Amino acid sequence: MPDLNPAQEPPLPSKDTTSIPLPPPKQFVPSLRYPSNRKSIYDRNLNRTKTSDISLASFAYLFNALITYHHAQSGSVSEIENRLNRAGYPIGIKLLDLLLYRQVAAQSSSSRNTAARPTRMIDLLQFIQGTLWRALFNRPADALEQSTTKKNEYMIIDNEPVVNTFISIPKEMSQLNCAAFVAGIIEGVCDAAGFSTDGVSAHWAGEGDEMWPGKTIYLLRFRESVIEREEALKAGG
Amino acid sequence: MSYYFTIIGTRDNPLFEIDFGTHKLGGDGVARFRDEAKHMNQFIVHAALDMVEEAQWMGKDLYLRRVDTFQNNHVHCFLTGGNVKFMLLMNPDPTASSYASYRSPPPSRPSTARQSASMLAANPSSQATEDAVRQFMLEVYEAWLKCIMNPFYQVNNVVTSPIFRGRVATAAKKYL
Repeated sequence: MPDLNPAQEPPLPSKDTTSIPLPPPKQFVPSLRYPSNRKSIYDRNLNRTKTSDISLASFAYLFNALITYHHAQSGSVSEIENRLNRAGYPIGIKLLDLLLYRQVAAQSSSSRNTAARPTRMIDLLQFIQGTLWRALFNRPADALEQSTTKKNEYMIIDNEPVVNTFISIPKEMSQLNCAAFVAGIIEGVCDAAGFSTDGVSAHWAGEGDEMWPGKTIYLLRFRESVIEREEALKAGG
Repeated sequence: MSYYFTIIGTRDNPLFEIDFGTHKLGGDGVARFRDEAKHMNQFIVHAALDMVEEAQWMGKDLYLRRVDTFQNNHVHCFLTGGNVKFMLLMNPDPTASSYASYRSPPPSRPSTARQSASMLAANPSSQATEDAVRQFMLEVYEAWLKCIMNPFYQVNNVVTSPIFRGRVATAAKKYL
């Protein structure tokens, strides 16, 4: 049998094909790779500049791709919403810290370190309605309401969610609201801040509303433990 | 004067650890913990997490100041919005701490008192110490944010980046 690889060296100690020689140990290569300009993620600026806003067209395109993917992967409306919610969740967790940092950076010039962790429910809700919404959509949410029947349910109302601008829902899926993605972001913020929820969901509320046919309600259901802690804090001052 | 800094995730899981010494007063930046301190530090910081949970709902500030003290060790905490804890343990003279005899108060050591009087940990609740630690924490917070902005980073992942470690070391050199 002719040697198929005559250039191979060093020659194998035996022609026994059952014993495969171990490959020589690879030289250690650091796994951290730098881009060509040698700038890592740690060299980037965390503060927002005027030019860092993304155009609505590119967002809509990406969001469309996201929905198409999850639509193809799932069988029911609730599963699509669930998947969109999961896609938004990690964004919310990270956004909370980023927005707090920007508060420090914006105010450090006037007074020393005034960023505030939301520790009360009303702070958190106002943070979501104001700061978070302004960071995401450049305007505060349209309303913030507490459920009249349940103590642990709050509603954030957006008359015209930007994410739904170019989404048309087919008739057979009329329940689907793709703002479930934003609901996921809200859930991430609540969870990260220590206000665990039983889920945040997005619901259509614009039926019969001529002014805002796309009106969406985000329903936040906080856990009982969160309510109890809130009351204990109130009692303690 | 030695420091032990660790980042604790939301499930009380450690994400990052580093120890270093002071660079002030001619220090060489090397931690002088004794061998047994290696695990005692983790233990002390872990015990301080209970104090953090108590303090975290009392104020809105991210920096919780000094949360716990054990013998000569002082633990300062910085809590991020996402409930991740930056814990800094400082010990002015780690070679003098004996963990075995923790029931008795630490003996006073006049020989080192002279040298450590101007150190940060000599009066851990003083304004200068709090300010220095706050500055240090804010700088780490910035690096931490850049780390979690990585789309591939998920909550409670261990931080392995050598650049992040370098950033923390630089902040330590600058302020502590």
